[in-house]
Amino acid sequence: MQSEKQYIDLYGSCRDMLFSHSADVMNAVRDGAFADFSRQGLPTRKVERYKYTDMQSLFAPDYGLNINRLDIPANPYEAFKCDVPNLSTSLYFILNDGFYDKALPKGGLLPDGVIIGSLCKEAAKNPDFIAKYYSKIAKTTEDPITALNTMLAQDGLFIYVPRGVKVDRAVQVINILRSDVDLMINRRVLIVVEEGAEIKLLFCDHAMDDRRFLTTQVIEAYVADNASLDLYCLEETHAKNTRVSNVYIEQQANSRVNHNIITLHNGVTRNRTDLIFRGEGAECNLSGCVIADKEQHVDNNTLIEHRVPHCTSNELYKYVLDGKAVGAFAGRVLVHHGAQQTSSVMNNRNLCATKEARMYTQPMLEIYADDVKCAHGSTVGQLNDAALFYMRQRGISLKEARLLLQFAFANEVIDGIRLEPLRDRLHYLVEKRFRGELSRCEGCKLCK
Amino acid sequence: MLEVKDLHAKIGDKEILRGISLTINDGETHAIMGPNGSGKSTLSAVLVGNPLYEVTGGTVTFNGKNLLDMKPEDRAHEGLFLSFQYPVEIPGVSMTNFMRAAINEKRAYEGLEPLNAADFLKLMREKRKIVELDTKLTNRSVNEGFSGGEKKRNEIFQMAMLEPKLAILDETDSGLDVDAMRIVAEGVNKLRTPQSSCIVITHYDRLLDMIRPDVVHVLYKGRIVKTAGPELAKEIQQRGFDWIKAESES
Repeated sequence: MQSEKQYIDLYGSCRDMLFSHSADVMNAVRDGAFADFSRQGLPTRKVERYKYTDMQSLFAPDYGLNINRLDIPANPYEAFKCDVPNLSTSLYFILNDGFYDKALPKGGLLPDGVIIGSLCKEAAKNPDFIAKYYSKIAKTTEDPITALNTMLAQDGLFIYVPRGVKVDRAVQVINILRSDVDLMINRRVLIVVEEGAEIKLLFCDHAMDDRRFLTTQVIEAYVADNASLDLYCLEETHAKNTRVSNVYIEQQANSRVNHNIITLHNGVTRNRTDLIFRGEGAECNLSGCVIADKEQHVDNNTLIEHRVPHCTSNELYKYVLDGKAVGAFAGRVLVHHGAQQTSSVMNNRNLCATKEARMYTQPMLEIYADDVKCAHGSTVGQLNDAALFYMRQRGISLKEARLLLQFAFANEVIDGIRLEPLRDRLHYLVEKRFRGELSRCEGCKLCK
Repeated sequence: MLEVKDLHAKIGDKEILRGISLTINDGETHAIMGPNGSGKSTLSAVLVGNPLYEVTGGTVTFNGKNLLDMKPEDRAHEGLFLSFQYPVEIPGVSMTNFMRAAINEKRAYEGLEPLNAADFLKLMREKRKIVELDTKLTNRSVNEGFSGGEKKRNEIFQMAMLEPKLAILDETDSGLDVDAMRIVAEGVNKLRTPQSSCIVITHYDRLLDMIRPDVVHVLYKGRIVKTAGPELAKEIQQRGFDWIKAESES
């Protein structure tokens, strides 16, 4: 299959249009990305990091693209009524790939100097600043999907927290997929957290229409010395949705990153997370929780590079697979020469509730330093029969007992979330998800 | 209350119960003693419907209903309770959620509305006192990080919450120090009513000094080989099982 051809042709015919509806900074790397994409093509399953998800077939259908930036009518504030209770966030919307700025965000004002806005517009305003970061750690030479995104992305989100500023109120960004035809979306996110600054971000993906969506997303996050970034990504879309998200994080000395990806409802999801430690004393927690059934497919692929000494990385990914769901986790921790006193723990634990559910797991450690503490582990199992019987003896039905155990299994990841109201909300959503009761926010017209 | 007739059961290919007959009336406490491997725990497991065991013959009627036809959870709803010899740890499931699910499913079975949060917590508080179970234990995951004694007390706490008609205590005294055994035994005694019955499976007469049985059975090679009054427990404590084994084999 040669699914890349249509994208190569598209670029040839729409290059001018892409340029005219985007910013110079984004256009500056476009041709290079196109060259990288043309050279690599879409990955086949022979490419190691794409072994478990077939990009060729996912990118084969003919989706529409909104290159001309036509206004798609929607009022997210009208449609979106399911705030996380008690989670007083500053609430923003991204409509497909465009920042929604027709209404002011709910919630209070941001601290001085903090920017949350359209990447395209901010890049036009501050080209030199954005150019320092844009498409730097998301290397188009190394990942064809990143190359494709860089070549087609016209807008997205820019988040900037200046030196020393702590944003107390969490920032919630709702990515809304909205279209009357099958649509491909290429969204780009740039996050810059300067020295000593702090921010907590919650990205939620929702699909508003019952259409096929193919989303590529590239997030670049720069976390400077002593800075802190929490990035929670929650996906609650539908079975016709394909999402390929590549997240690149660079951490400087003594910085902290919590990155948590939760997949509650989806079609096909592929998340790549690459994190590099550039400064000593930094710490990251990467975690993921996947609840999948029917024919859903979720693939998390991570790479943590310890390039400097004294950094700590923790990874915990848990999957609960029911029906004919397929899960994959491939995690690699690379401890470079000289990265002494590295501490790294990687865990992937999985429950397969049926015989048809499949899990592929591949934890990898690669160590070139001699004074480190590293561990990795992976399990695939079923629910504990002894526990099930114990509960049934107390009068809890088999169905309920299974739910309680699955719920408990997933909770370990959710309990690591540092935003209490979000944690409570997720406990609630996960429970609903397991019970098969609508897994959408109540009172919300979005996630049909 | 309970009528067991010629009960046979096996695990895998191994026949363990070879024709047990036993009648327990309302309000009675029966002790079941016997050497290791005689089938005591198998009997309790079969009565509560543990799927690891297969019943190959006989009948069990519980308050007029055919027990062997019922799912384990329905046996519990009908009033059967097992205090496990080895209570299972369930990480991630809080005691509160576990008990709430158990209580509310039982209430649903009886056609009652679920208990509201306030009433439920009040019930938890009251019942906890019976076995002097610390709040911090009921706030934890089920049996996780509990000491041996705490696990057994937690079993009796659950029994207090569920108010069974027939409770089976499977070696509830094993691994308990003197004080913990007293707390457990007093707990069981407080929960007794003229209607509720109890089967106490034990190796020692010490627990039977505190929970007085009406009848003592000795199980050997999957059969009840001797049935007598409480004095039999004393005799076993002094003489061991060998004389009973010899008696039964002659």
